[in-house]
Amino acid sequence: MIKAILIFNNHGKPRLIRFYQYFAEDMQQQIIRETFHLVSKRDDNVCNFLEGGSLIGGSDYKLIYRHYATLYFVFCVDSSESELGILDLIQVFVETLDKCFENVCELDLIFHMDKVHYILQEVVMGGMVLETNMNEIVAQVDVQNRMEKSEGGLSAAPARAVSAVKNMNLPEIPRNINIGDINIKVPSLSPF
Amino acid sequence: MALKKVKGSIDRIFDKNLQDLVRGIRNHKDDEAKYISTCIDEIKQELKQENISVKANAVCKLTYLQMLGYDISWAAFNIVEVMSSSKFTYKRMGYLAASQSFHDGTDVIMLTTNQIRKDLNSPNQYDTGVALTGLSCFVTPDLSRDLANDIMTLMSHTKPYIRKKAVLIMYKVFLKYPESLRPAFPRLKEKLDDPDPGVQSAAVNVICELARRNPKNYLSLAPLFFKLMTSSTNNWVLIKIIKLFGALTPLEPRLGKKLIEPLTNLIHSTSAMSLLYECVNTVIAGRTVSGSSGLCVGLSVCASLCVRLCFSLSPSVKYLGLLAMSKILKTHPKSVQSHKDLILQCLDDKDESIRLRALDLLYGMVSKKNLMEIVKKLMLHVDKAEGTTYRDELLTKIIDICSQSNYQYITNFEWYISILVELTRLEGTRHGHLIASQMLDVAVRVKAIRGFAVSQMALLLDSAPLLSGNMQRKGICEVLYAAAWICGEFSEYLEDPVQTLEAMLRPKVSTLPGHIQAVYVQNAAKLFAAVLRNGQQGSQEGAAVQETIQLLTDQLPIFVQSADLEVQERASCFLQLVKYIQKLQQKDVDVGEEVTALFAGELNPVAPKAQKKVPVPEGLDLDAWINDPPSEPESEDEKSKSAFAEEEPQQPRQRHREVDEKELARRREERKQEQANNPFYIKGSTPAPKGYQDTMGVEHIPVVQIDLSVPLKVPGMATSDKYVKIEEERRKRDRAEKGKKKEKKKKREKRSRGDRRNESGPESEEDIRPAQTVDIVTEEMPENALPSDDEDRDPNDPYREAVVATSKSTTEEPADPGQGSDTEDAVSSFPLRCFPDVLLGPLGVTARDLPAMHFMPQKSSKHKKKKQKKEKEEKEKKKKKQHRVPNQEEEESVQNGTVEEEEDPLPVCDVQGNLQDSSRVVVSVIFENKSSSFLKSMEFNVLDSLNAKLQRPEGAGPHDSLSVPFQLPPGVSNEARFVFSVQSIVMPQKLKGTLTFIVKSDDGSSHEKLDFKLHFTCTSYLTTTPCYSDAYAKLLESADMKGSSARLQGVGLPFQHLLAKICFHHHFSVVEKINSCASLYSRSIQGHHICLLVKYTDQTVTIDAKCDESSLLGNLLDEIKLTFSQS
Repeated sequence: MIKAILIFNNHGKPRLIRFYQYFAEDMQQQIIRETFHLVSKRDDNVCNFLEGGSLIGGSDYKLIYRHYATLYFVFCVDSSESELGILDLIQVFVETLDKCFENVCELDLIFHMDKVHYILQEVVMGGMVLETNMNEIVAQVDVQNRMEKSEGGLSAAPARAVSAVKNMNLPEIPRNINIGDINIKVPSLSPF
Repeated sequence: MALKKVKGSIDRIFDKNLQDLVRGIRNHKDDEAKYISTCIDEIKQELKQENISVKANAVCKLTYLQMLGYDISWAAFNIVEVMSSSKFTYKRMGYLAASQSFHDGTDVIMLTTNQIRKDLNSPNQYDTGVALTGLSCFVTPDLSRDLANDIMTLMSHTKPYIRKKAVLIMYKVFLKYPESLRPAFPRLKEKLDDPDPGVQSAAVNVICELARRNPKNYLSLAPLFFKLMTSSTNNWVLIKIIKLFGALTPLEPRLGKKLIEPLTNLIHSTSAMSLLYECVNTVIAGRTVSGSSGLCVGLSVCASLCVRLCFSLSPSVKYLGLLAMSKILKTHPKSVQSHKDLILQCLDDKDESIRLRALDLLYGMVSKKNLMEIVKKLMLHVDKAEGTTYRDELLTKIIDICSQSNYQYITNFEWYISILVELTRLEGTRHGHLIASQMLDVAVRVKAIRGFAVSQMALLLDSAPLLSGNMQRKGICEVLYAAAWICGEFSEYLEDPVQTLEAMLRPKVSTLPGHIQAVYVQNAAKLFAAVLRNGQQGSQEGAAVQETIQLLTDQLPIFVQSADLEVQERASCFLQLVKYIQKLQQKDVDVGEEVTALFAGELNPVAPKAQKKVPVPEGLDLDAWINDPPSEPESEDEKSKSAFAEEEPQQPRQRHREVDEKELARRREERKQEQANNPFYIKGSTPAPKGYQDTMGVEHIPVVQIDLSVPLKVPGMATSDKYVKIEEERRKRDRAEKGKKKEKKKKREKRSRGDRRNESGPESEEDIRPAQTVDIVTEEMPENALPSDDEDRDPNDPYREAVVATSKSTTEEPADPGQGSDTEDAVSSFPLRCFPDVLLGPLGVTARDLPAMHFMPQKSSKHKKKKQKKEKEEKEKKKKKQHRVPNQEEEESVQNGTVEEEEDPLPVCDVQGNLQDSSRVVVSVIFENKSSSFLKSMEFNVLDSLNAKLQRPEGAGPHDSLSVPFQLPPGVSNEARFVFSVQSIVMPQKLKGTLTFIVKSDDGSSHEKLDFKLHFTCTSYLTTTPCYSDAYAKLLESADMKGSSARLQGVGLPFQHLLAKICFHHHFSVVEKINSCASLYSRSIQGHHICLLVKYTDQTVTIDAKCDESSLLGNLLDEIKLTFSQS
């Protein structure tokens, strides 16, 4: 069983968390911090397995992780999973992300956490490996995304237009200006 | 209205979506919390709107915030609303949020049952998929009960996408609602044959998880999985199946055999390292249970595969190689030990995970030779280690490694103490308690080290204030507990008790935890007693006493005020005592001795099993009624009560005993097997030579001072490093000395065969002698404790009798007071080799240097055992032959008997077969001089027969006599060994021999001659070999076993004793014993198997025997009869 899947960046900022066993939110954060602490101090060319996470599981549990550029992908598994198998699975997952996002980078994960979740749901379900064939995963994700698009129809179109405008302006806008505030003024026309 | 709607939709266009939220948070790095709280307020507003898309958007943002650690359980109802949207987009969002935040305690879950059922049965497969995925994360017992049927139907859905999800979620359902397992299982099994590989893989996955929890129930699926394993090409499925087999093989050994072929094929064919590794793992698991008959993929193959993994460039694979090795180490330590260098190399790896794994393996790697080196390496790591977890792990491993098998590998305890002291300098370790208990253990049990330990502990106490600042929280201060106790208890070794006393009474001590303060106060009292004792000697010390009393009266009040009751009580008692003594001192009353008497007596460690071993006094029956139970029940009520009371204590007890016997026999077998596999056990079936008798023996053996170049008192805190160097030098010197000695010895006389064998060889493990004369005080046992060493041994065990018999027969031999001059010479020429060896019996040092084994009163039984262990195959024959004075011209031979008091040389012989050499037996002859004259120039000669020949040195004629390499003063005995070559062992035989010697008395000397017979019984060729019942059964079935039987009548012995007697005198071991019937086994040095079935009815013993050599059997039965007719 996979007990948790954590993705965080080099600074320990979570990008995706998926626990298959219930932990309260503050505990989840502690686990992320502990895991980051354990993983981040390791060199890149050491082994991908770690024991000693005290918060999640006990001696039966292992952390299996991979480090890609700015992101750590950490799977917390028990002894029923094959260590090298999970390592392969992480690779499959990342390659799938790469296919779905076209050259995936950390920003994709930051802004599309929900989509990453949907992809992950096709790989692991309830802590058990669902599918390891990348083409199958990508196909299922694509079908569902198409469904979403078709459903979006008219109501989604303006939202996309607005976000396109927002995104267009993004580079020019100084960082400290809060884009979020702009749109609040528009609807405050005096009511009839 | 229309306007409102338009406004709503415009509103929505400019609502923040997830991307805006993320962007906003990134732009508010400084006041993130504040920004998020405003966002949450907005989200709350959005959730109040009716528009489902607004709600979905809000829920999406909440999911993101949940990841950042914000509790979103307040929005659970809104999430349910979004889940129930008809649009896939929103539904999916809702289920995602639910799977992230719902749990068993979420109360709105019960509202979702119908919605989920609707989604599960939706015509759109993705609606179903989303529902299944979500459900897998938040399924509750109620949901599983209500939805189990729907999910079960989905397992046969037309779309494989749904089928595989439905199969996987069944596992979660089984966990929450176990009743669903039975009806669903057939369908699950069906899915193993599903045409879609994904569904198949899911089914394998679920069954593997189930089997992991309870493998027994899934054994019946083995053939199905076996088929899958040979047909599947999906590595994922294969890995899971192989893992499953790893769990099943321990339950079904036959499976192991079946798996050989496919696993071998996979190992050789697969290119996937993950699959290869799992195969190796399963093979190891198979090996651990099925022994030699199990998986033929030899363990060596596995071990070499592991090594191959360890050499891999990928650190991950290396890690797994070590992991697999540690599994092999548990059962087959030898095959790992040969890769010691590799593992030591891994200790230097920069990867902590690999180092940790190597540490685990290290436990089986240490030896006397390399212990210091390895620990030194570990200490370096301790210094370098950053993380406390790894450092703590190192610390426990160091202590584990050093203390394993009763400190077997430690040759220098000073070094060990200094290692422990060094470890106390670690900051923030949690294992202060562990270090403390080691210090106490070593100081109490190793007497020779106490002086050194006390000096180190005093220093530790002195620097304590310095330490206590930062270590208090973390528990390293526990070592002060040990330090204080050691200084107090062994205060006679303290150079300056006053100074230590001062250190112990510093005000800062009161910041330590209560239990440590209490020990401080108590041991301050002991130190005070020591000061008083010293004070009697002179006036100068008298002043010191006054000062100490002053110090105590000044400092103790701090402790009297302590909040800890224990400290308070002890301190006020002590304070009053001091004041009273002060008064007496003023009156010039000498109180030193009285105060010392308060703490007199030595505290010895008590063996954990000591209580059990207290023999039950004769005539004490704890189950007997003290008062007769009321015989005539007066009322109905009481009747039932008394009946209850009568049965209660008896029935369960009997059952218990019955279970005990079988259970114990089984456990004994298991233990034997385990011991045979365990490298730390010295091989052999006899119990460890550690027992109550040692305690006494230890006291009587003089402690020999060692060479002075090893400084016993090291000024200042010791550092362990220098011991490594010292040890090196010492060993070098040792070797040189030993060489010299050996030359000398050679010149003097040739000693026993055993010694000669050792001379030429390189320095062996056992040759490394301990640096100090270290007597490990064995744990104390109650007086007249049962003389069994094996704690679990049941009182009916025939072996027990055997042990008693051994010790009896040897203690009855006359005690040897002075040990002959010759022996004494031998002892003093290498004092360190002899005595530590004897003393370190429990530590596993050979008895090689013992000059003789038979004349050591009381302990001889142990030496025999020890010897049996060391020279495993060697076996002993307890045939004693007794000889007497020449003038009386009469001979008698006493079998197995005690030795009668005679007057002159008294050879007692002992024929030993050696399994390694089927044609050689060693005869140990003990010569004891019972006369009052000095005997010298003894020559031993035997008239060879066709069958047995005395082995003489090369060049000697067949009739030449051998000179006995010692002289015998009056009342002294010594042992000599002679080797005989034997052709056939099926017949007993007697060899005639002569001993010639010169008797030197006051009135001159005369040449005397003593004739004797050496009796080689058939029994003496047997070796006690344990045999397991299954192997025994096979043996009996084999065709070439010839049968014979014997009857013994009028045997008055209880069956137990009878068995013990046969086992003991004729070297059998009990295979199985049922009531008054037992099967026994033994093996001759030439490999004949002898099986006995002993039945006992009404004083008549029937022995049915089988052996592959009928004449041997016949002779053996005659000997057994003889044994019983004599008694």
